[in-house]
Amino acid sequence: MLCDRLVACVLLFGLCFAAAPGNAQTFEDTLRKFSADSFSETEAGIGAVAASGNPNAAAVIEALQDARLFYDPASKRAFIKDTGGRILDAATGKAEAAPPADLTTVRINNRLRRVIEAALGGMTLLSSDAGKRYEAAQAVFKSRDANALPALQTAIGKETDAKVKRALQEARAAVLLYKPDVSEVEKLEAVGTVKARGDQEALSLLSSLPADTPQAVARAAKDAVGSIENQLVMWTAVQNTWYGLSLGSVLLLAAIGLAITFGVMGVINMAHGEMVMLGAYTTFVVQETIRVNNPALFDYSLLIAVPLAFLVSGAVGILIERGIIRFLYGRPLETLLATWGLSLILQQAVRTIFGPTNREVGNPSWMSGAFEIGQINVTYNRLWIIVFTLAVFAALLALLRFTRLGLEMRAVTQNRPMAAAMGIRTSRIDALTFGLGSGIAGIAGVALSQIDNVSPNLGQGYIIDSFMVVVFGGVGNLWGTLVGAFALGVANKFLEPFAGAVLGKIAILVLIILFIQKRPRGLFALKGRAVET
Amino acid sequence: MIAGPLLRSLDRGATIFLAIVIAAAILVPALNLLVPASSPLHVPTYLVSLFGKYVCFALLALSIDLIWGYCGILSLGHGAFFALGGYAMGMYLMRQIGTRGVYAHPILPDFMVFLNWKELPLYWYFFEWFAYAALMILLVPGALAFVFGWFAFRSRVTGVYLSIITQAMTFALMLGFFRNNFGFGGNNGLTDFKDIFGFNVQSDATRAALFASSCVALALGFIICRMLVTSKFGKVLVAIRDAEARTRFLGYRVESYKLFVFTLSACMAGVAGAIYVPQVGIINPSEFAPANSIEAVIWVAVGGRGTLTGAVLGAILVNYAKTTFTTGLLAPYWLFVLGGLFVAVTLLLPRGIVGTIEHWWRTRREYAALRRNGPVRRPAARPAE
Repeated sequence: MLCDRLVACVLLFGLCFAAAPGNAQTFEDTLRKFSADSFSETEAGIGAVAASGNPNAAAVIEALQDARLFYDPASKRAFIKDTGGRILDAATGKAEAAPPADLTTVRINNRLRRVIEAALGGMTLLSSDAGKRYEAAQAVFKSRDANALPALQTAIGKETDAKVKRALQEARAAVLLYKPDVSEVEKLEAVGTVKARGDQEALSLLSSLPADTPQAVARAAKDAVGSIENQLVMWTAVQNTWYGLSLGSVLLLAAIGLAITFGVMGVINMAHGEMVMLGAYTTFVVQETIRVNNPALFDYSLLIAVPLAFLVSGAVGILIERGIIRFLYGRPLETLLATWGLSLILQQAVRTIFGPTNREVGNPSWMSGAFEIGQINVTYNRLWIIVFTLAVFAALLALLRFTRLGLEMRAVTQNRPMAAAMGIRTSRIDALTFGLGSGIAGIAGVALSQIDNVSPNLGQGYIIDSFMVVVFGGVGNLWGTLVGAFALGVANKFLEPFAGAVLGKIAILVLIILFIQKRPRGLFALKGRAVET
Repeated sequence: MIAGPLLRSLDRGATIFLAIVIAAAILVPALNLLVPASSPLHVPTYLVSLFGKYVCFALLALSIDLIWGYCGILSLGHGAFFALGGYAMGMYLMRQIGTRGVYAHPILPDFMVFLNWKELPLYWYFFEWFAYAALMILLVPGALAFVFGWFAFRSRVTGVYLSIITQAMTFALMLGFFRNNFGFGGNNGLTDFKDIFGFNVQSDATRAALFASSCVALALGFIICRMLVTSKFGKVLVAIRDAEARTRFLGYRVESYKLFVFTLSACMAGVAGAIYVPQVGIINPSEFAPANSIEAVIWVAVGGRGTLTGAVLGAILVNYAKTTFTTGLLAPYWLFVLGGLFVAVTLLLPRGIVGTIEHWWRTRREYAALRRNGPVRRPAARPAE
């Protein structure tokens, strides 16, 4: 249906285009059409203005789009109100000294909005700004407006930017495919060009070619549709994997601290999510301070926030361990309840201090924006978070492997009485380990503040998922956590298109529950006597 | 046949407790219905409903105490069984609305008409009969607990792992029930009930009757739990709690014991939910929230786990405190209090209120006995979990 309308638009345009030069109207005559207060006259007016080549034409149509184009019912002249509120004469673009009193807005409807977009697209093809030319080419590709063809030819001839040139050629191909009187050879070539584009737009364009398309072209188009569909399936898989890795990295960040406190120490910390939240709020405070005192440093705010978040969450973690958890070793269920109570207190404290609403944490410039690989859109913040997560993971592994603290931690984990007998102060190690796990949760909070809402409930959303990751990956094994997080992330994203986000999540939970039946100790289970303690 | 175990199960404390519950079941409705509103002894209807709610929570706490206090299974998903029972009751109540709904559809509940459904889904069939609904109230939570427990206990998922999986279970159910196409009213849940057994749910008499039936359910649940824990079966449960591996080596099928008591407990939670729903007039997916289940656990911890009466006391005390706090100026501080309660009880009062009193009482008696008779052999201290 939309397609029919577009074709109708194109035809109408063709008529206008043909009519305009023939009547040799002046630009001012053309503008009179806007004063008729009729949608069809306005439409004719848009076509005529677009075709007039007048330097003021773009301004007139843009004004029409923003409801800044007025007419004076008495003199039938058209006026533009510019963004500063001045009234300009639409024909000349000069400021009007004494505008008439009763100016009436030229009304537009949705159909006209599409016509306007197409007309603007045609006109901006020759803009000096490469970005605008690219967008205009995309607009023509969608509108397939035959009127744009001459402008496209000129633009292709002049274009130097390869990306824009390709877009222009694709637009030209799209127009040619929908234009009735084009040779078969040209159409076949156009099919090839559109096929090379290979995205969803190209697919819908090729699969709804007009009925009078020659047989050979239709066949070529059908082949092209098949190959684009195959490509798209592949790209969807790539995209799902990418999203899955991205989700997995977030899960890993949230779970990695838990893997230490739960996995290494055997302590259930239900307040772990709140450590993440504290990290996110630290980022918020850092950014606020920077905004007030030294806005130039804003791009470095995250670099400043990371160590601070580690310290804040780590310190709170050590306090919790010294104040509560150390009295509850050997009573895991009580630890669970006490830390749950703590999480309530921390949430409410943050709610009291910062308010219950979301706080805004900004993206530094190097984290905003995106780039494209093939058909997928990669945002910088997701990419940085994956890199950051892997860096944190590597740093943690190195810490456990190569430092004195890591050695002592592993010793206490494996055999507490023996470690104590060797002169390790186990209670100090307990506190430091807990602090480390909490501090890493704080760092996770810095990263999550970039992609999630910073609210007192931030941590709660991650706690169950993080536990699932640790349990799935195998307790007491950081590599298991890594594999578990990415496996769950990717599985989640692959299930989503079939089952929807919620059912996908339920399916994952059920799968984990079933998986634990098979391997009660997770993917990478510790072996040996330590398991049963 | 019942009389023997029944009499044995009712020691002095249990008898006093039962007497209080039955007195409440008679007195509160009487003071509400028979005493004129002007009298200082009159109990207003909103209080009847409020206490009715507490009694339902007490039954839920009882069911948690049975598995946690006597069998060492800490379920963080008991709210799910409670809510499932509630939904089964809600479905019955929805079918009773008939043509009085907003859309006046004779069969379909309002939300289905709203969603443009043409016919009743299969799982809504027969809910117009209370007998069927009552069966479902027991069967649905029971079946879920049976299947879940069968998988979990058979593969020896214990301790915190089990707790976290039960939490995931209720979380998954919550996500599911929030969906409209699940057929349970989406996030609005089931509400706008009109009548139950032909009586208006809003009327004072119905509310009083619901309160009385809550008390009866609590008393029955208490008797069942009491009989269970004082029997030989109960001793095995305690053995499992204290030394699961040792009990297994002694030749008991630990999984079967756990599965039975877990399923029974889920059925009790379901009944609690079913009586809860007509009194509050709504059931929605937020009842599945993991936080609710954990809160129910703290009721038991406050009262004292492994005491049964403590669970009931804890549920009523904590919920009374919650009502007092959240309706006044102190509302923002309730979570501090609740959180503090979790920490304080686990650190300072690990036996809970009733447990501490019982412990103090027992030690005193033992010392008295010691002074009279000389040294007696004390039972070994309770080993850690």
